[in-house]
Amino acid sequence: MGEAAEKLAAGDRCSSAPVSVETQLAVERFLYRQAEILDEKRWDEWLALFAEDGHYWMPVTEDQEDGEGVPNIFWENRNLMKMRIRRNNHPQAHSQAPENRLCHVVSNVIVESEDPNGDVVVRSRFHCAEYLRYDVRNFTGKYRHYLRKTPDGYRIALQRVDLVNREGPYEYVIQWWL
Amino acid sequence: MTWSESEIAALVEPDRVHRKAYVDPEIFDLEMERIFERLWIYIGHESQVKEPGDYYLARVGRQPMMMTRDWNGEINVLYNRCPHRGAQICSARKGNAGKLFRCSYHAWMFELDGRLDSVPGAKGYEGTRFDPNDPAFHLRKAPRADNYRGFWFASLAEDGPDLKTHLGRAGLALDQLVDRSPDGEIEVVGDCFHMIQQSNWKLFLENQIDASHPGATHESTGAAARSVENEMKKDGEDPPMSYGFLSDFVRHGIDGWDKFGTTGLPQGHCTLEGYMGLRPDDPDTNEYVERMYASYGEDKAEEILGVDLHHVLLYPCNSVQPPLQQLRTIRPLSPNRTLSEIWHFRLKGAPEAIYQRSLAYYYLVNSPSTMVNADDLFNWWKCQHGLESNATEWVSFHRNAGQDSEENGIMYSAPSSMSELPMRSMMHAWRDYMTANGAGA
Repeated sequence: MGEAAEKLAAGDRCSSAPVSVETQLAVERFLYRQAEILDEKRWDEWLALFAEDGHYWMPVTEDQEDGEGVPNIFWENRNLMKMRIRRNNHPQAHSQAPENRLCHVVSNVIVESEDPNGDVVVRSRFHCAEYLRYDVRNFTGKYRHYLRKTPDGYRIALQRVDLVNREGPYEYVIQWWL
Repeated sequence: MTWSESEIAALVEPDRVHRKAYVDPEIFDLEMERIFERLWIYIGHESQVKEPGDYYLARVGRQPMMMTRDWNGEINVLYNRCPHRGAQICSARKGNAGKLFRCSYHAWMFELDGRLDSVPGAKGYEGTRFDPNDPAFHLRKAPRADNYRGFWFASLAEDGPDLKTHLGRAGLALDQLVDRSPDGEIEVVGDCFHMIQQSNWKLFLENQIDASHPGATHESTGAAARSVENEMKKDGEDPPMSYGFLSDFVRHGIDGWDKFGTTGLPQGHCTLEGYMGLRPDDPDTNEYVERMYASYGEDKAEEILGVDLHHVLLYPCNSVQPPLQQLRTIRPLSPNRTLSEIWHFRLKGAPEAIYQRSLAYYYLVNSPSTMVNADDLFNWWKCQHGLESNATEWVSFHRNAGQDSEENGIMYSAPSSMSELPMRSMMHAWRDYMTANGAGA
């Protein structure tokens, strides 16, 4: 089990830490910025949000503690993210022609824990509408981010995304991260 | 309109099929009656119900069914419907019922094999035609249920060929799934992925063994995977072998898929030969081969591993990829909606790395975020829309038509072709099932 997955698994997913207003604000800004980067499809900036060893993870079950070695809806490191970006932007990626649009609202931001070095685990809820094939479908769920503090700001060591409808069925493939 | 047998037969010509086979609601109803509620339909693998009381739901044609494990350890396939007033007995997709099934509506109780255990207020039935020993008041069993090496199927027809006869040579797909385990045993990994295809069920089957589509449909994914592979190599890193599952799509180009032969069986089953280089010379594979030798002896192990099939279709509901331990099953919902369940199996006794390899395929190709099936599903959706149009009435399966060869009832694609033989072969079986009242089933 990786260090980041262990960190999330060890945390109490209903806890809250008495963090400073500055920390709360910095974390919220980071989450809102990530949502906007996704909605605006700014892919270089998306990749830069993640630590070199960072993962984006959407598990299949709630009790899953690690993305490694088990089925997942998403389990992507930076190489797979690059592949997805290049694929979806390829002229022959016809399932993205016309391309989709995403619109996120992120809220209920609660910092679960803050380490002395400034790393945080933060929990939030999101709603995301996707427009594709002239139709809208909705996703909603919970984010848990393990953010590492660096001199350039936070970097995502692990983002866990638990959809409320994680068992599916899915009407069609989720091609971009939510 | 009500379709006569000759009108149905006229939908299928040797090299083309009428679009109404894909879009007409009455044809769909007839397909459910004559194909899905008559042929052997996949229910699930025995490892989905390990303990007594375990159940797992499955849809057979239009019928809600479930697979249960009873206290004798036997597997039963039952209708998921209370004989009293019709309520579903189990509403969760899977679970454990405990000692007995209890209907939530009036607390009728049933044994795990479907027999009626008790009815509350039994006095009220005295002097009525209700009889607790009458199977009409039990959870009805599928007329026929059987397994092939742990894979359970049900047929809702009382008569017809047995499962083994129906599978025929295509049973090799299931043999392969099991025999590739050094312990001769497999189990499902977690639950399956559930995807809705917004298209006719036949489009899925046709796509799985269509050698001429991967280079075109999946070009974007192949190109993206190759660019990441190249970048990693430049940085001195070894790209994971699984990236090759995707970069393969550009390795052969659009025209280079003619090396992979296809066959068609009279029951409608089809095969596409392998191409993904799944026996590379690396330490993990070699360790796996060693374990296979130790279990089976060298000759038998080589015979098992020498079977190189990319896809086997078990008509009308399964697509099996034996070297990658993947199995998909489809549950048609309407002419333009099909539910697919996608399963992955673990080979017991194989090195962890071999499991990780097929898991990576399961993720990259079959997950709800797949970069591969995304384009397939979209193509089928577009086909479904196109087939609603009467711009032309026909779907073309002309590629290499008339050039297939036949031996012992099995059709073989012309050499070095990307023949549309499997589509023709399946539709001929479809015509037979649809017009002979299943006599050919």
